[in-house]
Amino acid sequence: MKKWKMTKTAKNNFVTYIIVLIAYIVVQILLKSGNMSSLMEGLLVPLCIYVMLAISLNLTVGILGELSLGHAGFMCVGAFSGAFFSRCMDGVMPNGIRFFIALLIGAAIAGIFGILIGIPVLRLKGDYLAIVTLAFGEIIKNLVNVLYIGKDNNGFHFSMKDSISLHLGEEGQVIVNGAQGITGTPHDASFTVGIVLIFLSLFIILNLINSRDGRAIMSIRDNRIAAESTGINITKYKLMAFSISASIAGVAGVLYAHNLSTLTALPKNFGYNMSIMILVFVVLGGIGNIRGSIISAVILTLLPELLRGLSDYRMLIYAIVLIAMMLFNWSPKAVEWKDKLKEKYFSNISFRKEKEVK
Amino acid sequence: MKRFDKVMSLVMVSAIAVSLLAGCGNSDAGAQADNAASETNNEAAASETDTTEADDNSAAADSTASGAFKIGGIGPTTGSAAVYGVAVQNAAQLAVDEINAAGGINGVSIEFKFEDDECDAEKSVNAYNTLKDWGMQMLMGTVTSGCSVAVAEKTSGDNMFQLTPSGSSVDCVKYDNAFRVCFSDPNQGAASAQYIGENSVASSVAVIYDSSDIYSSGIYEKFVSEAANQPFEIVSAEAFTADNKTDFSVQLQKAKDAGAELVFLPIYYTEASLILSQASTMGYEPIFFGCDGLDGILNVQNFDTSLAEGVMLLTPFAADAEDELTQKFVTAYKEKFGDTPNQFAADAYDAIYAIKAAGEKAGITPDMDMSTMCEAMKTAMTEITLDGLTGVGMTWDASGEPNKAPKAVKITDGVYTAM
Repeated sequence: MKKWKMTKTAKNNFVTYIIVLIAYIVVQILLKSGNMSSLMEGLLVPLCIYVMLAISLNLTVGILGELSLGHAGFMCVGAFSGAFFSRCMDGVMPNGIRFFIALLIGAAIAGIFGILIGIPVLRLKGDYLAIVTLAFGEIIKNLVNVLYIGKDNNGFHFSMKDSISLHLGEEGQVIVNGAQGITGTPHDASFTVGIVLIFLSLFIILNLINSRDGRAIMSIRDNRIAAESTGINITKYKLMAFSISASIAGVAGVLYAHNLSTLTALPKNFGYNMSIMILVFVVLGGIGNIRGSIISAVILTLLPELLRGLSDYRMLIYAIVLIAMMLFNWSPKAVEWKDKLKEKYFSNISFRKEKEVK
Repeated sequence: MKRFDKVMSLVMVSAIAVSLLAGCGNSDAGAQADNAASETNNEAAASETDTTEADDNSAAADSTASGAFKIGGIGPTTGSAAVYGVAVQNAAQLAVDEINAAGGINGVSIEFKFEDDECDAEKSVNAYNTLKDWGMQMLMGTVTSGCSVAVAEKTSGDNMFQLTPSGSSVDCVKYDNAFRVCFSDPNQGAASAQYIGENSVASSVAVIYDSSDIYSSGIYEKFVSEAANQPFEIVSAEAFTADNKTDFSVQLQKAKDAGAELVFLPIYYTEASLILSQASTMGYEPIFFGCDGLDGILNVQNFDTSLAEGVMLLTPFAADAEDELTQKFVTAYKEKFGDTPNQFAADAYDAIYAIKAAGEKAGITPDMDMSTMCEAMKTAMTEITLDGLTGVGMTWDASGEPNKAPKAVKITDGVYTAM
């Protein structure tokens, strides 16, 4: 019998899938046996959303090597397009199919925005790209805040002023109501859907990284001139990574919109605060390390909720813990010390794989 | 190995420290409240001796703690909207302490716990779930509209009684388990338009509103549609957004050019104070008319209150009102928290008393389950009449809206006077 042997990367990816699967099984057991608090139960879907956002941003930041601060903008696009579709089609088609189409629409529209933004923006490098994506995120948020869309027997009405100037008929209803956003989105998101979507995103991203295209993308990150001179189409691969990352963020947005019945574009949820928050997940988990992003997204989302017992001090403690974790993970001394520790105790086990992912 | 031990011990020590802190955090609130009630008012020294002392003070409450009503509150106590959340938290605590001191609801005391939502719908749902884990039976919240809509979805799913003090957007009470204390946004807009029309305050009106704010745009839309039935004309309507709220000269200039006699400001007092001073610099002196968001304008720091002379506003609550209930509330609040209560505080105070009144009417007991209690409260809510801070003879109907008359006040000589 021929022994089936996995390559090192395949083994590494396999561990990532297994971690997600185990987490799912544990949660399901806890849910079924009724041992889970309502707080944790309510946090399950947001956790999935943040995990997806973190791994998708890691594709741009870690694999493509470009700093994007507009990730929440793509999430916003996905959330609003998905919620808009669901709100229009609610009751017209079966819930499952409607939600599925909403997810596809969110992914497609966010992806298209990714391409549209990417064409001019990806000509820039480094800090310039970061600032332009930041501006993009803010533009999206502000545009959504002045957008009014209503529906009546004559079809859709658009306005950028207020809901009165939509001039809706008798039966008409306002769907997107400017700053008040979309209310009454059906609640379709569930933990299982979230996990399935995480698996899909992981599958797409991990396979992309280990494919011919992925190697081309990474070569652009490592040395743009060398990559270009070997005949790699820089624009094409940059756009590919950027738009895939955007559409996964869009899917996360659709999930977000279908988890809460009210969707408003506030600085808090779709502004640059959110973009930076996602970037923090990525940096803490390790730039280019997909599994690390998952773990750090989970920890950093849970932390402020678990610290509720500290009442007024919790946001302060959260910030301090964040600084401490960053130092522990990434300060050169800490890294050196961890390496020593590993050599001492686990010298017989190979730990080189972590470096290879990067 | 030594080093590893060191690190481990450090981790353990910090874990213990954190859990200690967490313990303090919980008992702190109770201790502070009790201390303040017994007029010791030394919040800073909530050390262990104090805690035990406070426990003795509230022995009556503690003895029935197992059979107490658990009321939860949700609102922003951190972040940009923290002013409102803190006001609601403080006033609700004040009301709970008063009720407990007077014997509670049907002789059963109340436990009140407030959770932060950072004015974020997602965090608000988390806060709601935390409170549910704590064993909340009724919800007094949430403070802001957006969060309230999201939480109402959950409370209606769980069939939990919800009374929001200040969630004013229409959708906050769309389910039958949800009620509110404040006016809805459309109500305020319509009431303002009717007031201006019926009393012939002006014939040409300009509006300056915040299009990025739900409260402001909600009032504006209803104001405009109601204005069509009234004998005045809207000559200019200019918006600003949260990102651009320091310079209003353009909007004021347009209002001035259009010849508006009255400027309607359905906005919060911080921006209104800027508008007033910029209008005075321009030499433009129309009548300014606002809603409950303008309440508090006289307390803005570095604001020349003489500029607010003649400003009219519709508000359910004025801290300077002469009636006994308001006076008592304002004094108690100032004494305890060192601050003048705003309209949000008054709404929260009334909300707790409304829960008390409805609870007594329905004859609820703490051992009832959440859903039975909600059903009983829902019916009782429509039967009670409450004389509160924000209105005399308040009643509720099944839609969840309060029926109370808006009070129009005018600022003369630096104080609110009823009109």
